[in-house]
Amino acid sequence: MIGLEDATVRFGSRIIIEALSFSVPVGRTLAILGPNGRGKTTTLKAMLGFQQLDAGRRVAPDIVGYVPQTGTSNQRYRALDVVVMGRAAHLGIFGQPGPEDFRVARSALERAGAARFADHYFDRLSGGERQLVLLARAIATGSQVLVLDEPAAALDLHNQERLLTLLNTLRQPRDKAIVFTTHDPNHALSSADDALLMMPGGQPPLFGPVAETITPEHLESLYGVPMRVVELAGPSGEAHRAVLPAFAGIRAA
Amino acid sequence: MAALTEAEAAPIVRRSHLARQTLVFSGLLVLFAVAFVVSLCVGRFSVPAIRALELIWLGATDPWRELTTIEERIVLLVRAPRVVLAALAGAGLALSGAALQGVFRNPLVSPDILGISQGAAFGGALGIMLGIWGFPLIAMVFISGMAAVILVGLISRINGRSETITVILSGLVVSSMFSAVVSLLQFVADPNTSLPAIVYWLMGSFATATWERTLIAAPGLIIGGVLLWMLRFRLNILSLDEAEAQSLGARTNRERWLVFGLIAVIVGSQVAVSGIIGWIGIVIPHASRLLVGHDHRALLPASVVLGAGFMVIIDTLARTATAAEIPLGVITALVGAPIFAMLLRNHYRERNGS
Repeated sequence: MIGLEDATVRFGSRIIIEALSFSVPVGRTLAILGPNGRGKTTTLKAMLGFQQLDAGRRVAPDIVGYVPQTGTSNQRYRALDVVVMGRAAHLGIFGQPGPEDFRVARSALERAGAARFADHYFDRLSGGERQLVLLARAIATGSQVLVLDEPAAALDLHNQERLLTLLNTLRQPRDKAIVFTTHDPNHALSSADDALLMMPGGQPPLFGPVAETITPEHLESLYGVPMRVVELAGPSGEAHRAVLPAFAGIRAA
Repeated sequence: MAALTEAEAAPIVRRSHLARQTLVFSGLLVLFAVAFVVSLCVGRFSVPAIRALELIWLGATDPWRELTTIEERIVLLVRAPRVVLAALAGAGLALSGAALQGVFRNPLVSPDILGISQGAAFGGALGIMLGIWGFPLIAMVFISGMAAVILVGLISRINGRSETITVILSGLVVSSMFSAVVSLLQFVADPNTSLPAIVYWLMGSFATATWERTLIAAPGLIIGGVLLWMLRFRLNILSLDEAEAQSLGARTNRERWLVFGLIAVIVGSQVAVSGIIGWIGIVIPHASRLLVGHDHRALLPASVVLGAGFMVIIDTLARTATAAEIPLGVITALVGAPIFAMLLRNHYRERNGS
């Protein structure tokens, strides 16, 4: 389980988040939604313990599987060696990864659908491929909590679909608490149970099940543009519900 | 079809990776062994390789034997301690450089960056001026080197933590402060007695190596080195972005200072007995990265072996190239700077190409 209780973060006199409370139990997935500059990243950092809270409390296990947007290191490691770093917390400061740790790393790569990159150099992979490797590393930590920072931000449509499918596969066993941030409400619809909407202008953030929070009215005040819910046919003909801004597309004759 | 061949190729890649590492390490060990033996043989009084090895064997099995022939005395009392000290110092400097570059996530830092060398130089210059010799001088050098690192720590610690950039800049501040004081000491030193001694010592040399001095430096070099080697996987973690490393369970600030402390012990021990030797800590880790990759589990041992071999070769050149000894610092800079320039160009060409 991971969450914040009455958390407040200020940068100087600017209040970034105020009295924010939410919790994600094992088995549920939370999407944090909002435009840029509303404290999505700050909330994420606060959850991970990277951001000092001015008030309130952080509830989290010792190790959280964290998936950054892009791994930043000028060192050249093989993808497998990057994933095995997820075992560090179990090994202690002088520990060395053994065959068992490499087995865990390989199966994590398998789960993240990145097994074929195991022997490639991490810094030679594309952005989407790196993200899969970092996801594998987060899985390899063995933590019950996964936190993904804007997992879909840098991906093209094809890779977005793959990522959402992957997120749903990870959700399926209901053995993890998963949190991700996103700009796109459709990602929350497809892959989350709960949503946290970072509302504008001092309104309190909205937290609740996706069915209650991802509605045109809430999204309109969230993004400041009129929103519409549309029904469309999914890949194999089944009905899908999607949210679009009213300005999308072109005026039909 | 493509996926199939890729899956088949993976184990082959893995095997060739292992084979390559084995080959590189064997090559490095052979290089070191050859350098070690050649260094024992050459000089004003040359000794055949077989005889040198035999003497080393005799010396190792029966260390308290009476040394009678000049051959024995030269190999066992003059050259052997010098070669061992050079190897230990080279290994320690290269290891420190590799670890430091990982922790700073910056390939251009060297052990000098923490201010240890200049701090130690101050202790040494002051000691020589005051007419202190032998063990007290070495202790003084070591303590002032440590004091410099502690000073860097105090300056760079802001709000309970130190950013890497403030550490680098504080190191720069402390270094230039100490080097100014060293210049001042040189200015006031007696040009007939202490000045030449200070200048020669600052340029670095193993000429004064004896078994006693080797044994003084060895514990610090070996203990610091072994502990750094034990941290090899942790160094991989510390070389990641701050937030990532923390999320993987590393207490980055504290662990980084543990690494700095170990490096201070290694470099302090080395400077205390052989003066300031630049370039090894930056050139050797770079060359090792090209050979075995960036993973510290392979990089640290490769740096140790290559650093030891390179230092022995440099020291052998220093004492045999001309009739008089050339200061080590001069040769490491003359050899190191062009190699480094080449590595630098390679590094960025490759990076831009990828």
